[in-house]
Amino acid sequence: MRFAVLRFGGSNCDLDTYRVLTEVCGVDTDLVWYKEGLKRTYDAVIIPGGFSYGDYLRAGAIASRTPLMREVRRHAKEGGLVLGICNGAQIGTECGLAPGAFTINEYPKFICRQVHIRVENVLTPFTSRFRVGEVIRIPIAHKEGRYVAHPEALERMNANGQVVFRFCDSKGELTPESNPNGSLEYITGIANEQKNVLLMMPHPERASEEILGSRDAKRVFESMIDAVGAGSAVTTGRGG
Amino acid sequence: MEFKVRITISLKEGMLDPEARAIRHALQNLGFQLSELKSARVFIVSLEAASASEAERQAVQMCERLLANPVIHRFTVEVLG
Repeated sequence: MRFAVLRFGGSNCDLDTYRVLTEVCGVDTDLVWYKEGLKRTYDAVIIPGGFSYGDYLRAGAIASRTPLMREVRRHAKEGGLVLGICNGAQIGTECGLAPGAFTINEYPKFICRQVHIRVENVLTPFTSRFRVGEVIRIPIAHKEGRYVAHPEALERMNANGQVVFRFCDSKGELTPESNPNGSLEYITGIANEQKNVLLMMPHPERASEEILGSRDAKRVFESMIDAVGAGSAVTTGRGG
Repeated sequence: MEFKVRITISLKEGMLDPEARAIRHALQNLGFQLSELKSARVFIVSLEAASASEAERQAVQMCERLLANPVIHRFTVEVLG
């Protein structure tokens, strides 16, 4: 089992994510510089947070057009797991890994704080270790995290269980105050149709160790490890 | 031939524009009477093309492939000469 953490110019959560994967979860992980490309087959590719290319144009827009992301799209198409976190989620929507867009917050400033999110679908390779409706505590840190989508896309996503996380209060209620950035239907974690791609604005790598205030979200990585171990993710045979 | 093209990227109708809202409030606080303010982003691109329509076609491709996000944006392209 081997995971990859991508690095673009301006990625800055790459080492945090790498640390959680290798030292907390014990997974062999490679840091992959965007110019190197995916030189081998990975079970999971993680696009970490940061400010790739200074968030110029739109957050994630420039990184999403790199040759490396073409390879990531191919990896996803073949069933490999892809987790996009924060800027990684923005990169993911920008290159169409899942529907919709993460755009500028309703109140247009950078928000960095702990929030609560509710797990909406546990039948994904990223959430199998959670319970439906479970509320977890996790930090967000973004200025462009307000989820938007066309009404038809939203309807399909709701029907198909592609909404994975919603902002909520500590009791799991969807109250206006618990939606920090004005996201459509409180959405802050979305999957593709096949559920092998998860794009989320909150930072699971910052909520995976008790010393950092919460380890609620470590189970995102553990779920991925379970899925790869059980072979439910298609992990081999690129082009084969 | 070199052409200069103006590309304008704006939000689709009905899309929330938080920065425009903040700017509108600031103008209202300065005493200006305005009911609406919309923002847009403008790129002036100089490019080589065989004709004005070819220059326009290239600019449209730039929008489709990078400059605009079809989920939230619309764009206009004007060949300036």
